[in-house]
Amino acid sequence: MAAKEERSVWGGAARPVERSQPASESTATLLRELVAHLRQQRTVLREEWARRITEARLLTAMTEEEVFAEATSVYDNYVEALETGTFEALQAYARDLSERIIPRGVETHEVVGIVLLLRDVLARSLFAKYREDFAKLDRILDAYEPAANSIANTVAVGFVQERERVIRQQQEAIRELSTPVLQVRERLLILPIIGVIDPQRARQLTEQLLQAIRTNRAKVVVIDITGVAAMDKAVANHLVQTVEASRLLGATVIVTGLSPEIAQTLVTIGVDLSEMATVGDLQGGIEEAERLLGYQVSDIKEVSQKS
Amino acid sequence: MQVPILKQGSYLIASIQSSLTDSDLCQLRDALVGQVGRFRARGVIIDVTPLDVMDSFAVRTLRDLAHMTRLRGSETVIVGIQPEVAFAMVQLGLTLRGISTALDLEEGLAFLDSRTDEAHGRD
Repeated sequence: MAAKEERSVWGGAARPVERSQPASESTATLLRELVAHLRQQRTVLREEWARRITEARLLTAMTEEEVFAEATSVYDNYVEALETGTFEALQAYARDLSERIIPRGVETHEVVGIVLLLRDVLARSLFAKYREDFAKLDRILDAYEPAANSIANTVAVGFVQERERVIRQQQEAIRELSTPVLQVRERLLILPIIGVIDPQRARQLTEQLLQAIRTNRAKVVVIDITGVAAMDKAVANHLVQTVEASRLLGATVIVTGLSPEIAQTLVTIGVDLSEMATVGDLQGGIEEAERLLGYQVSDIKEVSQKS
Repeated sequence: MQVPILKQGSYLIASIQSSLTDSDLCQLRDALVGQVGRFRARGVIIDVTPLDVMDSFAVRTLRDLAHMTRLRGSETVIVGIQPEVAFAMVQLGLTLRGISTALDLEEGLAFLDSRTDEAHGRD
């Protein structure tokens, strides 16, 4: 009965455990024995694991002490998950761990790598312990392997999910910071664009700009793309569309700050730029805009000298 | 639904009140092209503020109208295109190339004033 319950916890991956063994040696019993062994060998195995992590040049973003401290708590959580057969605690720990190490630049392959290393270290110690009794080793591994695989899976999935959550959060932040439309003078707006433009952001940008043209009654808009590193065809076309749409609202658009790379891309992919006024940098763009609006900026001293 | 055409100084103002059928548009075009000559108008303003859709027929008719009035000596400016309409238009590739546009009636008048001033300056 107990064996059946355990198997359902470990999922379908478990191989049949009750092939030839007596009923007293159910998976649960074996795991208990296993856990006792791992607890007993905790210090040695933990050190061995930390050593192999360093050897494999994983977690290079962390100091050796940190690696050892994390290794200890991962080890304990690992053994506990083996013992209880439930992953909630481990899942929570993996999420927490990921939260701490993702900002430090730890990669997915490193996390998967260390968990697999731990699995190997523990399996080796089991080989060493049961090498006399091959049948028993076989049964122990039958109990250990599916559990270990599920644990590795849980940790890896937890890490990737956390990573994705971070990415989503950052995208959200970028979107919010995204696009200020600023009025520099009466009827003159500037729209500095910084960062990557994806189609969704481009769309949002256009909507904001067109609304701003209407509410501020803008005549001239300077779009500055100095902070944009790259641009693909879809986004370039979108930019051209934005220029056209602004013109339909009676505003002239001046695009400034095209980097050499973007200029090359735009010409190579053949976007029609004939309708687009471009000026080298933001300063030039604003000067051009002022000229269009009929402003003239002059030095106060010079003006007073002349008069 | 007929579009009222108002005379304001040397300009004609066609103020669209509600959405127009294709035949309404053609009627507007014919009326304006005729009246430009009769009133010796220097400019035409078409206010499309209430329109929340501009299909290809409407855009083509307005473009033809602008070209025709230009041939008869009068500049046409289209005012009051809504932001959403403008964006939808460019996405459909309807960009009114070569036609003047302005934000609203006031802007349109200012634009025509500056245009006719230029013309006077050249005389």
